[in-house]
Amino acid sequence: MSAIATRYEVVVGLEVHAQILTQSKMFCGCSTDYLTAAPNANTCPVCLGLPGSLPVINRRAVEATIRTALALNCEIPEFSKFDRKNYFYPDLPKGYQISQYDLPFSRNGYLEFDLKGEAKRCGITRVHLEEDTGKLLHEGAIHEAQASLVNFNRAGVPLMEIVSEPDLRSADEAREYVMRLRAILQYIGVNDGDMESGQLRCDANVSLRPVGSPDLGTKVEVKNMNSFRAIHRAIEYEIGRQTEVLEAGGRLAQETRGWNDARGLTVSQRSKEYAEDYRYFPEPDLPPLDVSRKWVAEIRAGLPELPAARRERFMTALGLSPYDASLLTASRPMAAFFEETVRLGAPAKTAANWILGDFSRLLNADRKEIDEASIKPVHLQQLISLIDSGAITGKMAKQTFEAMYGAPDAGPALEAARGSTQISEDAELDRIVDQVIAENAKSVADFKAGKAPALKFLIGQGMKVSKGRANPQRLDALLREKIS
Amino acid sequence: MKLFQRTIRDLHQMLVDREISSVELTAAVLDQIDAVGDKTKAYLLVTRELALRQAHAADERLRAKRDVRPLTGIPIALKDVLCVTDVASTAGSKILGGFTPPYSATVVERLEAEGAVFLGKTNCDEFAMGSSNENSGYWPVHNPWALDRVPGGSSGGSAAAVASGEAIAALGSDTGGSIRQPAALTGIVGMKPTYGRVSRYGLIAFASSLDQIGPMTRDVVDGALLLQAIAGHDPRDSTSSSRPVPDYLATLADGVKGMRLGVPKEYFVDGMEPAVEQSIRDAIRLLEQQGASIEEVSLPHSDVALPAYYIIAPAEASSNLARYDGTRYGFQAGGGRNIIEEYMLTRQQGFGAEVKRRIMLGTYALSSGYYDAYYLQAQKVRTLIIEDFKQAFKKVDALLGATSPTAAFELGAKTQDPVAMYLNDIITIPANLGNVCGISVPGGLVDGLPIGLQVIAPGFQEEVALRVAYAFEAATEFHNARSPLMGAAA
Repeated sequence: MSAIATRYEVVVGLEVHAQILTQSKMFCGCSTDYLTAAPNANTCPVCLGLPGSLPVINRRAVEATIRTALALNCEIPEFSKFDRKNYFYPDLPKGYQISQYDLPFSRNGYLEFDLKGEAKRCGITRVHLEEDTGKLLHEGAIHEAQASLVNFNRAGVPLMEIVSEPDLRSADEAREYVMRLRAILQYIGVNDGDMESGQLRCDANVSLRPVGSPDLGTKVEVKNMNSFRAIHRAIEYEIGRQTEVLEAGGRLAQETRGWNDARGLTVSQRSKEYAEDYRYFPEPDLPPLDVSRKWVAEIRAGLPELPAARRERFMTALGLSPYDASLLTASRPMAAFFEETVRLGAPAKTAANWILGDFSRLLNADRKEIDEASIKPVHLQQLISLIDSGAITGKMAKQTFEAMYGAPDAGPALEAARGSTQISEDAELDRIVDQVIAENAKSVADFKAGKAPALKFLIGQGMKVSKGRANPQRLDALLREKIS
Repeated sequence: MKLFQRTIRDLHQMLVDREISSVELTAAVLDQIDAVGDKTKAYLLVTRELALRQAHAADERLRAKRDVRPLTGIPIALKDVLCVTDVASTAGSKILGGFTPPYSATVVERLEAEGAVFLGKTNCDEFAMGSSNENSGYWPVHNPWALDRVPGGSSGGSAAAVASGEAIAALGSDTGGSIRQPAALTGIVGMKPTYGRVSRYGLIAFASSLDQIGPMTRDVVDGALLLQAIAGHDPRDSTSSSRPVPDYLATLADGVKGMRLGVPKEYFVDGMEPAVEQSIRDAIRLLEQQGASIEEVSLPHSDVALPAYYIIAPAEASSNLARYDGTRYGFQAGGGRNIIEEYMLTRQQGFGAEVKRRIMLGTYALSSGYYDAYYLQAQKVRTLIIEDFKQAFKKVDALLGATSPTAAFELGAKTQDPVAMYLNDIITIPANLGNVCGISVPGGLVDGLPIGLQVIAPGFQEEVALRVAYAFEAATEFHNARSPLMGAAA
């Protein structure tokens, strides 16, 4: 591979579709809940495309699109419109999708990210708004199915399409780009970033070209990648496949290929040699939109701190490495968890290590988000303080952490760890107190002379000798008894 | 005079005075439908039970003097392109056979709120595409003035129903003349309001940027009353205007004295029947005698309106009609081996020839590589036509011309020549493209057949068009002429 990689440059552009978390659909008042509602329960004449029905724009969806575009450093034109994209498919009730063609809500943005300490920037061609389609359910494999069922609950759910420039040069960069993009969408509250349910979907345009060539090679569109890992694997696979074809002197077909995660390969779905003609034209049922500068300014003012800024702050104010800061800010809940843990008193680096290490490993295995875990920032902070005080060992801490993670409430496991390690037996405490008195003659004398703070010092020494395991109340009592 | 021969205004007075009941009136109109319906074929569906139920309810309202409106108890026909909850609505197409919408059009709801009585769904050209009603997916409509003649189209059923006494008034829709031309050819009043004046929600779309619902009535007063009831902003139609709706009756009788009326020279087109031209010249002279100042004006781009229309309207239609694929409602051919084949069979069998012709025209015009040359160019022409009207309306208050270049022609006369058929709308189409309003008012008889005088006013100045039309009507007896079918039942 390494010999080959020097001859071809990888060119990847990504099209990310992100549903917008509005209460109601893009063009009607139906609920956007398509995951839990009964099939076709959340439909009406508008989203079913019944004859005579007309769309009405959901202003919140437009606002979310502009918010996203601003977070991606896009220009927001003053004039925008919707267009119809015409094609026949059973999940498309009107025979056209209301989308945006030549005058989208935004264009010319960029997303900056960091890969192994190297700063990258990927151009954003545009962010536009459209409606999602319904969902088909086939009885059996698609090509043999005797019947297909269609559920229109998803039809009309607002969907943003975020199109990148072909600026990405590896599977690593592509994955990192999607991770950063997902983090931004979460930060600004427009999307939860759930790739498995299809709330966030990613298609990749992958091509190769000889290093130094200004022209783009034949582009293959890869679809059906439902996780970061799938994105990475699919692009890696595609790079390998295309390289082999080119190496063998072959010619690549311009086509759409689907990623088969189980088999770990891409499969040709349809040829794109003859570009599909969607016959776009302005949607006559919706007047064009004037996007006022005042509105844009209001949306901009309402943007929260974005991942890039937070990452910078974690590095400068909390001393994290660029790598740790990147990982922590990739998820808004994770960054929030980290910040709260630190605010409660945990050292930043230690907290970061826990969150990015054991905690993430457990969460990934369970496919859970950090805010769904029973461990809260206060628990992690207390655990860290137990370690730092020497009360428990690193090994014990790991066991305790797993016990805390596995319990519905992390508190008891933490208390148990704290309790089980304390030395309360008089014989052992006697030995510790004797040692402290022997080694700190001056403080003992001070205490005898009536200097109360000296006792505090002696208790501290006792904790130190016991590696934090001594019960401080018992130390206090024993020291008083023995000195007087 | 028989009840079904009367106007809304007359009948309203009789209903309010308890001289008649709405049930009696409705029964009289239903009887007339029974008597002449086989001759006109104006209805696709008569909603007898619904009508009588609504008439009873209207009588309750009238008896209790509770919220009595000008249309309370008045029997009205609805063009089949308008959706009515649980009433078959087909737009005159086989492809919507069996479709009963679960909702009503906004105009239908507004008429219901007024207490109007719905007689049924009137025949029309399939998806409102046509000028003779011969493109109906079910059967042609016959002109009550001469049964071997067409009633015009596409709202031919609504026009024939009003002209034959099978309805007191009707709603039609006008995309390129589909209210005004059949109104002219059947001797009634028909108005196309400005685009955006009336909600399109629930109107089965032909060409979304041009379609507009309007009244078809015995006289101008009735037209004003019906428009008053249906006009106004609708949050469900983003293209409906939020401008306030004026009181159309308030200025109706103000006369034309001092008004400046323009006569576009381009509207006296080649192929216009000399007798039609003569009638229009006479009509103009009459308005001049009423005190209007008349001047010739020019709408220089009128000659390209028709070609632009036959790009824009089919382009939008090709997209609007994509939803009729047989999978969710309406006609399904069956027998396809896969979904694509099923789509093709359904659309081959479900759509008529003219609809298919326009879908193909529109699909072609929007295709990559042709879009700029056709669709974009047509939109530029549309802008020029809008500009033409703006310039003309700087000089004059309203424009006058014929509605149709000829009186009603014989059934079958133009069915083999689509372009000859398209030319029927040559003087009505500019008003749709130009975002202005127009009304056709009876302008006399030519060889025993009615013709229409068209009054065009600036956008959202329906009251101006109504006022000119009313002045003309008040000075003539043309609107009192009854079709033989309406008279024959006397």
